Amino acid sequence: MSDANTSRPDVDASERLMIELRHVHKWYGQFHVLKDINLGVSKGERIVICGPSGSGKSTMIRCINRLEEHQDGQIIVDGTELTDDIKHIDQIRREVGMVFQHFNLFPHLTVLENCCLAPIWVRRMPRREAEQVAMQYLEKVKIPEQARKYPGQLSGGQQQRVAIARSLCMNPSIMLFDEPTSALDPEMIKEVLDTMVELAESGMTMLCVTHEMGFAKTVANRVIFMDGGEIIEQNEPEAFFHNPQSDRTKLFLSQILAH
Amino acid sequence: MTTHVPHPDLPPPSTSIGAIAWLRANLFSSWLNSLLTLGAAYLLYLTIPPLVQWALIDADWFGDSREACESGGACWVFVGVRMNQFMYGLYPETEYWRINLAAILLVLLMVPLFIKRFPWKRWLVPFVLFGYPVIAFMLFSGGVFGLEYVETSRWGGLTLTLILSSVGMAASLPLGILLALGRRSDMPIVKSVSVVIIEFWRGVPLITVLFMSSVMLPLFLPEGTHFDKLLRAMIGIALFQSAYMAEVVRSGLQAIPKGQYEAAQALGLSYWQSMGLIILPQALKLVIPGIVNTFIALFKDTTLVLIIGLFDMLAMIQAALADPNWLGYAIEGLSFAALVYWVFCFSMSRYSLSLERKLHTGHTR
Repeated sequence: MSDANTSRPDVDASERLMIELRHVHKWYGQFHVLKDINLGVSKGERIVICGPSGSGKSTMIRCINRLEEHQDGQIIVDGTELTDDIKHIDQIRREVGMVFQHFNLFPHLTVLENCCLAPIWVRRMPRREAEQVAMQYLEKVKIPEQARKYPGQLSGGQQQRVAIARSLCMNPSIMLFDEPTSALDPEMIKEVLDTMVELAESGMTMLCVTHEMGFAKTVANRVIFMDGGEIIEQNEPEAFFHNPQSDRTKLFLSQILAH
Repeated sequence: MTTHVPHPDLPPPSTSIGAIAWLRANLFSSWLNSLLTLGAAYLLYLTIPPLVQWALIDADWFGDSREACESGGACWVFVGVRMNQFMYGLYPETEYWRINLAAILLVLLMVPLFIKRFPWKRWLVPFVLFGYPVIAFMLFSGGVFGLEYVETSRWGGLTLTLILSSVGMAASLPLGILLALGRRSDMPIVKSVSVVIIEFWRGVPLITVLFMSSVMLPLFLPEGTHFDKLLRAMIGIALFQSAYMAEVVRSGLQAIPKGQYEAAQALGLSYWQSMGLIILPQALKLVIPGIVNTFIALFKDTTLVLIIGLFDMLAMIQAALADPNWLGYAIEGLSFAALVYWVFCFSMSRYSLSLERKLHTGHTR
């Protein structure tokens, strides 16, 4: 356990919040999917969000980069409030990287082109420089040799690592992970989790929707449990797993930890 | 402990390879299949030899009047004598070189596009699309650089067919893409305008469009406004085909998974960037067969300009059929028309297949 603690640099609570959600509500038609969500994320903090399906956890992190629109409350990312203003949305999206359950790589572009595209077109980086940056990150996720291949030629785990590299190429200060290992075969989950652990150790602010409780225990500063569109409980992983407060959390944990 | 000895590769049984096996598998696999094979062979036997006899063996190829056609086979002399008109319409004979020059120029410009690593490709494509039409127009129309002015009503034959269809294709694809994007837009006004345009142009026959543009439109325009008939036909064809194209492109857009849009957004790409770099390249690749289908239909639909008094190749052939010196050679004339149209359409179809193969990037998802 001491290992886990040393790999977890202390978060300076006095520092400005990177992400702040204040009384956020969202509806899909009549369905109230997010109910009065309040959440503050400090710089360098690593948060794991879990909960049963349909609890609103994906919707919540998708609101942070405006893939979903919230209808009430405030979302402030690195000092910029998310409004209808397209400039604010663009600015936030440049700061926030996202990794999806189904990778969503661009199948018509090579791995390298996938990684270079946004730096070239959004950050206006010269192509050569963008390619150098991309190769750096592809080396970091340990697949530089696949750079000239197309996504369809890679395994699921490799594709997800490319997707992580692609996000990192934009040099984001926050990374969102939306069930990054749920679509992977069991033997590929580890390679993706290893990449994420490395990223966590580099001090990245991370919000991760996942059911990988091992990952939560070793990496997270805080675990959040959501159900029915509400944050039911949040705590440090140690306390969260060993001493859950709410009945629903206990039930959920007993179900996912039972096997 | 036993050591595994790999089984050596054996040749396949002789009944499963070679010509006899192929015949058995494909032509005589069941009694019904055998019956169909024999029936088809009999039909071919009935039709092919007489056709070859008429079109090639008994045919007359050389001469300059109908007296040369004595043998009872096809009289290709008729097509030969009229060839210039079929190709150039009523364009002045002394100026044919201008059309030939434009055609040679186009071929020379197109050849590098098929060379894989041609260094100036990035400049050549815009030039072919935007620069070349201006040069070609100046050559065809004249009136500049001491070239004799040739009015558009004298343009005709295969030249006109190619002009109309290439302008139609070049205009209808981008217009169709814009309409398709408009129809899927979140902005209600853009969306409804696109829907109205698409449904209007798709709902009227092309003949009506052409007829209205040439007969009705001048009635509404102020007296003395000159609006070239060929230009009106071009606009009519382009708008008409872009409505079809829009629906083809839209079907491609719908096939792109939502995750692609989201990934593009999450990376901070703007709407036009994500459309231009991510969505359209994939969507258009998916609908290449549909696009080429529309292009082929467009190519053949240009024959309809006959009804507004423009003389494309088919119209020139029909005019030649009415020539009292050459009565009775309709089959030869129309066969020639069919052959020319088929060659162009078939080339487009083959080109689209090769394009599909070239753009295929392994397993798409």
